[in-house]
This record gives sequence, C-alpha cells and structure tokens, in this order.
Amino acid sequence: MSGSAMVPLLLRGGRVVDPSQSFDDVADVLLTEGRVEAMGKGLSAPDGSRVVECNGLIVTPGLVDVHVHLREPGGEHKETIRSGARAAAAGGFTAVCAMPNTDPPIDDPAAVGFVLAEGQRAGAARVYPLGCISVGQKGERLAEIGEMVAAGAVGITDDGYPVMDSGLMRLALEYSLVFGVPVADHPEDLGLSRTGVMNEGLTATRLGLRGKPNASEDVHILRDLLVAELTGGHIHLQHVSTRLGVDAIRQAKARGVRVTAEATPHHMLLTDEAVEGYRTEAKMNPPLRSRADADAVIAGLCDGTLDVIATDHAPHHYDEKEQAFDDAPNGIVGLETALGLVYTHLVGKGVLDVPTLVERMSVAPARAFGLAGGTLRGSAPGDVTLIDPDARWTVAASSFLSKSRNTPFEGWELVGRAVMTVVGGRVVWELEDEQT
Amino acid sequence: MTRTVAHFGKDLIGLEPLSADQIRSVLDTAEPFKEISERRIKKVPVLRGKTIVNLFFEPSTRTRISFEFAEKRLSADTVNIATMGSSVAKGETLVDTARNLEAMRIDMVVIRHGSSGAARFLAERIPSNVINAGDGSHEHPTQALLDLLTIRDHLAKIEGTRVCIVGDILHSRVARSNIYGLVKLGAEVGVCGPPTLMPVGIEELGVQVFRRLEEAIEWADVLNVLRLQLERMQGGYVPSLREYNRVYGVSTARLERAPKDILILHPGPMNRGVEIDSDVADGPHSVILKQVTNGVAVRMAALYLLAGGAPEKAESAKGGIEA
Repeated sequence: MSGSAMVPLLLRGGRVVDPSQSFDDVADVLLTEGRVEAMGKGLSAPDGSRVVECNGLIVTPGLVDVHVHLREPGGEHKETIRSGARAAAAGGFTAVCAMPNTDPPIDDPAAVGFVLAEGQRAGAARVYPLGCISVGQKGERLAEIGEMVAAGAVGITDDGYPVMDSGLMRLALEYSLVFGVPVADHPEDLGLSRTGVMNEGLTATRLGLRGKPNASEDVHILRDLLVAELTGGHIHLQHVSTRLGVDAIRQAKARGVRVTAEATPHHMLLTDEAVEGYRTEAKMNPPLRSRADADAVIAGLCDGTLDVIATDHAPHHYDEKEQAFDDAPNGIVGLETALGLVYTHLVGKGVLDVPTLVERMSVAPARAFGLAGGTLRGSAPGDVTLIDPDARWTVAASSFLSKSRNTPFEGWELVGRAVMTVVGGRVVWELEDEQT
Repeated sequence: MTRTVAHFGKDLIGLEPLSADQIRSVLDTAEPFKEISERRIKKVPVLRGKTIVNLFFEPSTRTRISFEFAEKRLSADTVNIATMGSSVAKGETLVDTARNLEAMRIDMVVIRHGSSGAARFLAERIPSNVINAGDGSHEHPTQALLDLLTIRDHLAKIEGTRVCIVGDILHSRVARSNIYGLVKLGAEVGVCGPPTLMPVGIEELGVQVFRRLEEAIEWADVLNVLRLQLERMQGGYVPSLREYNRVYGVSTARLERAPKDILILHPGPMNRGVEIDSDVADGPHSVILKQVTNGVAVRMAALYLLAGGAPEKAESAKGGIEA
C-alpha cells in the first residue's frame, strides 16, 4: 500500500466513465486537496503532481460495496476493520458499508463511533457503519437509531437475521423517515426456511441436505415491500436471489415504492450445483439457487430492478469452514473478486455495458445510502478506481488481503481488475507489477 | 502402501457413485461370506492384521454390531469409538479426530455421523479406507446392499421387481441408498409417505411417488418399511403416531387386499404398531431377520473388497488374502 503525503494526482488519458454525469470519453481527471478538481481533456499537472498514465484503463468514480461483514469487534480471527478495508481497496472499492452483526452488535452510538474510528485508522477504503434496527439484534424493540445516525451510521439493518416481526419492520421504516436512512433487510421467512442449509431442490435431495425454498425469501420480500408501501419508508433488500423476488421488486418500483436492492456476484454466477461434494465454500444465506433464479437476478441487475452489486463479503476462518456441511457457517469473501467476476462474466459477455457496471457498483450504491462519492463532479470526494479491462488474472485466495480465504471462485480465470484505488485523493492501493 | 483396487475405489460412501456392476459385485462377493457365520468357529483370516475403527457419532446398536461381527469374523482388530465419553464429546472437531486416528496407523474407518457428507469429508482427508455406516439423510450404502441381497435371495432377481419404500423419505439415508441401488439394478421403485416427509424433486431420481399406502400396496412386490423417528412428531411433520399408523401403517388388513403376496423389509429398529403392525413384522412374508443375517455377509464383502480383495477370489480368500 502506497499511501503518501497529499500531492495532486493527475489521471491522464483514460476512458473516464461517470454515469452520474452521463460521461464516457477519454479525458483526464485531476484530484487536489482530496477532492475532484477538474475533469476534461488536456488538463495540466500542477507542480509536484503525480501523473498516472491511464491509456487503456477505465477511470471511474470509486466503487462502493454497501454490504460487507468486517467482523470487528468479536470476530477478529476472521477479519478486522483494517484488513477488510484493505481488502476492499485491493478489490477497487473506495467505500464499504459495514454490517452491524458483530459481537457485541453495533446497536449504540459508541459502537458506531468505534467502527468509524477504526475505519479511518485503516487508511484504506472508507468504512461506513450501519447500526442495528433492534437492540442486540433481538428483533424486539428499536435501537437508538437517531443517536446512531448522529454518530455516523448511514443505515440500519439486523442483517444476519431477518426482521421477522412485521410490526417492528413498520416501526423501523416509519421512524427512519426522520433521519433519511434506508432500512436494510435480509429477506428470509425463518418458518419456511426452517432447518435448511442450502437451496431446496434436486441437489439438496440427492445430498440429503435440508433445503430452503425460494418461497422463504419471496414471502419476506413481498412483506417488506408492502410495509414499505404502507409507511413510505426506504426499504433496502439485501442479496436478492429468487426469480419471483426480482419480479416483486420490479412491480413495486413501478408502483412507486421506495425500494433499493442488491445483486451479489455469486447469486448471478453460481447455482446450487456448486454445493456438490458438500463444498462449504458454496454455503451461504440466501443459498445459491437455480439457473433460472440466477438469470433472473442478472436480468434484474441489467434493467435496474436491482440497483446495486454488493458482495455480502462474509469472511470465515478456515477451521470454521472445514466442517460437515450442516455445521459450517454461511458466507463467502467477495471484496477481492467482485469486480473481476462481474467484468469477466457480465461485461465481457456483453450482458452489461461499462457505464451500467459503474452505475451499479458506484453511483447507485452511493445514492442508496446517501454517501458522498459515486461521482466525479467538481468538488466531489477524490475517490477513484482505475480498472484495467484487459488484465488477465487467476483468483488465488492465498494472495487476498482479507484475513479469510473462503471463496468458491478459487482458480477462476478472469479478465479485468482494479489496478489503482484512490480515496480522498490518496492512492490507498495499487497493483504491483508482479501481480499482473 | 500399495493396494490393489479391484472394482472399487478407496471408500464406500454411497451407492450413487457406483455402477450396476460394482453393486452386483458386492452382492456376489457376499454370497461366499454368508457361510462363515453358520460355522461353529466363525472366524477366517481374511483381514488378519488390519486395524479398523468403528467411529459412531450417533447411537447405533444394529449397524455397529453388524460391522463389528463382520470385522471380527474376518480377523480384523477393531476399536469402537462412540461419541459419549470420547474426545469428540469434549469438542474435538471431526477433522482432528480423523487425523489423530490416522496418526495411530489404522487401515479402515467405519463412520456413522448425523451430518450428511461427513463420511465423504473424512474420506477426503485420510488415506485409510472409509465405509459410510450412515451420514445424516444422505446414504447408508451397506443397509441398501443388504436389502438388495435379501430381495435377490427371495425373489431370485431385482430387475423388474417393484419395490416401494414407505415412510419418512425426507430424512432417510436408507431410502436414498435403496433408490440408487434399486434403480441401477433395474428395479421399478416407488416411494410412499406423507407429503410433509417427501423431499422435493425425488421423482427426478427415477421413482414413482404414492400418496396413499393402498395404491403402493396395489402396485408393489416388495415394501421396505422405514422407521418413523419419534422426533418427526415433535417436529410437526405428522400430527400423531396414532394417525400415522392409521394412514401409513403397514397392517395385515391392508396387505390382504393386495393382489399378490408382498415381501416385507424393515431396516430396524421397528416401532411396532406405528409404521408396521406386529402381525406383519412377524408374519410369513417378513424377511426382516434375514436382512439382519445378510447384513453381516454384505459388510464382510464390503470390507474385503475395500481391503483390495477381488470378487472372484472371495471363496478362496476365506483361507486368507495373499499379502
């Protein structure tokens, strides 16, 4: 990591893609004093500038991942805020939203302050905390949402658990209106998903593993949409994985419901067949589903029903994943593979164009959570990602900056990756030559 | 360590990955081993010097003892580890248990575990042969093999025979292994049970689903009646044992309406008066105790084959495998 004193940074001659200004052209971007100073052709470098030649590279507003688990406090053997923020930067992300399901959970302003301070100390990607919806994530009564927002929380969620009590969800959506933050929910009806550990279907039946039906997610998505419609609150639906769930969100948006929603790379690129052989690195929640579901998530991402690509980065220690499938925890790491996976398998195959990719990975996530960034307009924060669209690389978990290695994408050959991540005008990560 | 792999891989995890020929070879190999248990001195030196660990994470009487008899009658040295009182109960992980056993230089592990995939998990991590004695709801291959052998003994063939498995298909490893084995050997396979205990997509394994036991009885040549675990009632899958017996209990009254005699199997232990009535279990068409007897021979065959024995040499091997 090459963080250094603040010198002006001129990113020269790249393909600048900024959907917030409908801009896609070869241009220069100049960052000074931590902010975007100018964007245009033929900019001159002030004295003492660092000039980065960007021929052949894509220059975008910094990528934002609104769904990561940094595990600190309480799970430092899996990840710390520092290691997670560094992993984010290595994946091209300039900002991440940290889920509050730590131990203890982030459900008061002091805890929010801790996450913010650790994030700043890391000096890598920006770390924006989310606070809990309910005290202790118990799903019983609202946490001090106003206090947490005042301390810096950018949204609330009980992620890890769904909000099962529809009345509590109503209160959260109503109360959050005062503070203008989204209520993020992990949509899962626990009564329907019961003891399931993977997607319900033929693979689960053959492996003798208990399944979670699509309906367990669909029911909860519909519930959340209806309660959002009732209250006028902003519901943010996390890691949507089902065909009917995507349809329901599409219809709700057409009715004007305030909803934003996530698509993860793994729910688009993998199916429940990846569990074959009891591979615990393919165990996550929601589970990997059918090809039809994955295709529906891709279609939802393309048409904007699903606003953002989020990783649900969920690090676990290798001992925890090296267990019988029933006993292994849910989740995979995603920060260092997301861009390459999406670039290779969606952009590379002509499913998604580059401006839409940047919209889904930068502009829309920043907008959904009201974050500064997601744009290269003048005086915006100097958060920029440089992407080499032609870089060929192979996923090797051993080289991750994350403390954890739990990825189902080990050995995947990808094309396209971040080569430099700039946060507040400072280069917080750049690809070493030997890594290319 | 060199090992001749005759018709077999390192492990016996399930019947799904086996070919019909491999399954037949186990059944054929079991034939010469049947006789050992009828001798006055029930011991042959087939596995002399082999160390076998019976690693049981779930309570089991029948399967564990059947394996132990098979091992002892083949002269293996055996150690039984049950979860209670072992380091497993003290929080040791499955992978650590496996590595510690391996460090003591064992030859085979027979594992019973409550989680699907546990046997395969172990097999991928140790060089010893692993036999799955039941993993969660996944497979219980030696049970299915002994069921197949018993059907073949009594009906002379498996191909074309209509076998219906009755009961809790959802949680049953016996059902899955039987389905794979029967389908591969050309049987027609049915499953019958309450829809709450029927796994999604089961038809895609090549079986016919019966909602009503009467229809299954009308259709079948063989019923393999599964034990209803009492916890299924607590889990709310069936309202009561009495009602289960009324709708799915195999009774003489129901069987009398069948167009032909039906062979009755049950993997045990039975809940008399729940899934099977006593007059059926003890009746003339029940082969439940024959299954138990065949279990020892089938397990001998599996142990012999995994130890590198050749099916065609099983008869002569009873005098000892040449090293």
